[in-house]
Amino acid sequence: MTPNAFVSPNLLPALPEILMACGAMALLMLGVFRAQATQRSVTQGALLLLMVTAALVMLQGSGRMETFSGGFVTDAFSRYAKILILLGSGVMLVMAQGYLRRENMDRFEFPVLVLLATLGMMMMVSAGDLISLYMGLELQSLSLYVLAAFKRDSQRATEAGLKYFVLGALASGILLYGASLIYGFTGTVNFMKLATVFGDGHAEVGLGLIFGLVFLTAGLAFKISAVPFHMWTPDVYEGAPTPVTALLASAPKVAAMALFVRVMTQPLLGMIAQWQQIVVFISIASMVLGAIAAIGQNNIKRLMAFSSIGHMGFALVGLASGTQEGVQAVLIYLAIYVAMNFGVFGCILAMRNKGGQLEGVNDLAGLGRTNPMMALALALLMFSLAGIPPLAGFFAKFFVFLAAIHAGLYTLAVIGVLASVIGAYYYLRIIKIMYFDAPADVQDWPMSTSLRFIVTGSSLFSLFFFIYPMPIVTSAATAASALFR
Amino acid sequence: MSDWPILSLVTFLPAIGGLFILLIRGEEAMVAHNARMVALWTTLFTFALSLLLWTGFDNSTAAFQFVEKHGWLGGNINYHMGVDGISMPFIILTTFLMPLCILASWESITARVKDYMIAFLILETLMVGVFSSLDMVLFYLFFEGGLIPMFLIIGVWGGQRRVYASFKFFLYTLAGSVLMLLAIMAMYWAAGTTDITALMAFRFDPGMQKWLWLAFFASFAVKVPMWPVHTWLPDAHVEAPTAGSVILAGILLKMGGYGFLRFSLPMFSVASEMFTPLIYGLSLIAIVYTSLVALVQKDMKKLIAYSSVAHMGFVTIGMFAMNQQGVQGAMVQMISHGLVSGALFLCVGVIYDRIHTRDIDAYGGLVERMPVYAFTFMLFTLATVGLPGTSGFVGEFLILVGAYQANSWVAFVAATGAVLAAAYSLWLYRRVVFGELTKPNLKDIMDMNRREIAVFAPLIIATLWFGVYPMPLLDATAVSVENLIGHYTASLASYDMDTGNVVTQLAH
Repeated sequence: MTPNAFVSPNLLPALPEILMACGAMALLMLGVFRAQATQRSVTQGALLLLMVTAALVMLQGSGRMETFSGGFVTDAFSRYAKILILLGSGVMLVMAQGYLRRENMDRFEFPVLVLLATLGMMMMVSAGDLISLYMGLELQSLSLYVLAAFKRDSQRATEAGLKYFVLGALASGILLYGASLIYGFTGTVNFMKLATVFGDGHAEVGLGLIFGLVFLTAGLAFKISAVPFHMWTPDVYEGAPTPVTALLASAPKVAAMALFVRVMTQPLLGMIAQWQQIVVFISIASMVLGAIAAIGQNNIKRLMAFSSIGHMGFALVGLASGTQEGVQAVLIYLAIYVAMNFGVFGCILAMRNKGGQLEGVNDLAGLGRTNPMMALALALLMFSLAGIPPLAGFFAKFFVFLAAIHAGLYTLAVIGVLASVIGAYYYLRIIKIMYFDAPADVQDWPMSTSLRFIVTGSSLFSLFFFIYPMPIVTSAATAASALFR
Repeated sequence: MSDWPILSLVTFLPAIGGLFILLIRGEEAMVAHNARMVALWTTLFTFALSLLLWTGFDNSTAAFQFVEKHGWLGGNINYHMGVDGISMPFIILTTFLMPLCILASWESITARVKDYMIAFLILETLMVGVFSSLDMVLFYLFFEGGLIPMFLIIGVWGGQRRVYASFKFFLYTLAGSVLMLLAIMAMYWAAGTTDITALMAFRFDPGMQKWLWLAFFASFAVKVPMWPVHTWLPDAHVEAPTAGSVILAGILLKMGGYGFLRFSLPMFSVASEMFTPLIYGLSLIAIVYTSLVALVQKDMKKLIAYSSVAHMGFVTIGMFAMNQQGVQGAMVQMISHGLVSGALFLCVGVIYDRIHTRDIDAYGGLVERMPVYAFTFMLFTLATVGLPGTSGFVGEFLILVGAYQANSWVAFVAATGAVLAAAYSLWLYRRVVFGELTKPNLKDIMDMNRREIAVFAPLIIATLWFGVYPMPLLDATAVSVENLIGHYTASLASYDMDTGNVVTQLAH
């Protein structure tokens, strides 16, 4: 034992997380003690908290800081991911308001749970060892399980929550087992020490470590819903309340992917020869399955579930290259993907009639005539998701494939782009339904001001990203360079 | 004048016009009228502006002119625009055809006029961008982006099977292009830049060239289109609205040919030389086979679509003959085909607007009621056959001269295509325009009105002008083509020398 262990740790690097935790607790108490009609003030408090935290994250400077004996790290990489996560949670909270009121779900627990999930995600991307990795992951997952089943009178929502929980717990167990194997064979859980153990890839890697790696990867692949660990995704996306689906498709994806990237490129970079083939496989499987399975979907939330599986496959293309530009590409991909998702789910939230939310793809029929502005926004987003230039989604794919080509992963790249062509079909189908088909009935889908703002912002971002892409590209480059030093 | 970024203005002006149309509000009839007017004036003004590119163009140099360069994506991927003798004529062709398309859609498009005009203006921006970008990523952006408006044009304002046709068009083209995108990336890592001027000077490893060439071929062959990946074209043409067909045949097909001239030939000389027989083979099949297919078509638009495939077969032969006559012939043929096939689609559009069928059998004896139309249609029929005095002749003749020098058998087979072209075109004309006027619904058909004549007049003038006096076009392209051929042969020779060097190195 070094005497250092008894000195109180430096809390400065974890200040945003600490603030977030305390704030979430305070809001929880506010809700509990003033039970009546506190949803609105708790939500406002939560939004404020998210903003303050984001500001704190940005104020932290650019260097790398460690605390809790290396278990918690803040660097440019984690900051980039945290900003995205905070943005994702914040936007989703705003989007959720109208829905929660209509569905009689406006209870104060909702924003608190979102805050706790966000805190978990922030810890995930800041994890410096396998223990804090798991802690963050579980905090996030448990909050999300509850959120998925938040519509507690609905059979589908409870089914979604339960399914998510059972499969998620299994995945966590697998991940934990992998982590324990790695610890058992190396004697450390710290990422930096693991990195030195694996060295530059020439060290002898035992079978036990390979097992550990495979289990760890499987657990992480579950969290980003990559094939073949994707089974939960369509059901959970469909069953969960739409704002929760919107959240599931954005911030947790960022957190899990960032965690995946950090684990693979920091401690395990020396084992790239071993994990690269795994990542290549799940990437190809996700892209192909995402593209093909989405074709037959008639529920737009299910469709978006398969779309997200496909998109995670594309993001994994960047990771598979295992290089700095690959990581940069993943980060650019995540930013663009999250931004596109806001708009799409904003539109999905706006689809409703007197009977409640509409989820059928065919409910969009003729939208180009009945609601031209929304149709235009959604069409732009669909083209963007399909990766058609000059929209933002193209650049996301461009950078990941650029990295893959540099790493010599030609087969992966060719299969990937062909999968994107197949995937284009179902995005085009939505556009076809909106523009080529006759209107099914009169659609009067009023959007609240905040929802309209989000959808407009998201589609304008997709449309005009190409004019000035540098801010995201350079900040992703800085973030990626933090992992490769 | 030179301080103005004319090229960017020509490129983005239509999109700005489209933005204006988007903002038009009010009563539906008023909106439609205003959208038409804004679109017409925007395209006319763009055309006028693009003429500055022609008048200010220096024929004596092969270097890129009107160059603009700004940082964009970082890592040597820049916003780089410029034109040379190969790209400039296409820009003029695009801006020239665009106002005519707007005019041609004046009365035939009644539903969602505003959206239609926006789609066309955006499409113009993307098409001009394709021909003026000097960065591969930028090129790809425009090249691929053009799919979006065209998809909507076919899908929203198209005919019976429009959904099928639009999906086929989109997915076919996309599938070809994505492979090109990967090739662009591979080139980026090999050469460290996506700048077209720098890549032309870069020497790609011959083994790599083969794959890059094939990837580019996948994209351009679909776009041209070459046999056997031409099947999207008849569907797209038949279902697209008239103006959409004009743009498809007039400009979009030319992007493939332009791509070969701009990328495949100068950058991958060894691979181009190696695959020339493949190009010849596919082009000859296209010429003979699709001409025969055109003979049996019952649908006018389909017939012209197949004839387009045959004509583009000539173009690819001319390019890969890789001599002055062949390449310049290909250039002239592309411009001429842009005018003539565009005009033919407009001719079909004229009678389609009146009778609402494209069935050849539904017509006959139109000359009695529509003399002006009969004259116009005849002129363009003869131009597509390649009658001397029309622009079609100049292109075809030069291509055959060029092909004969490269490979006389290729020229021989290609020439039979010219005979077949006469057969299907003249037979089409006979069945539609001549004969007895027996069909009752044709008895009171009206001849072309003033608007329609205004659409055709510029096309007639241009077709005859380039047929009688093609020098402006040939002069503009000559130096660039010379430079291309010189570069190509020098590059080939240097690779030959390289292999010699490798041998001497091995000997040491």
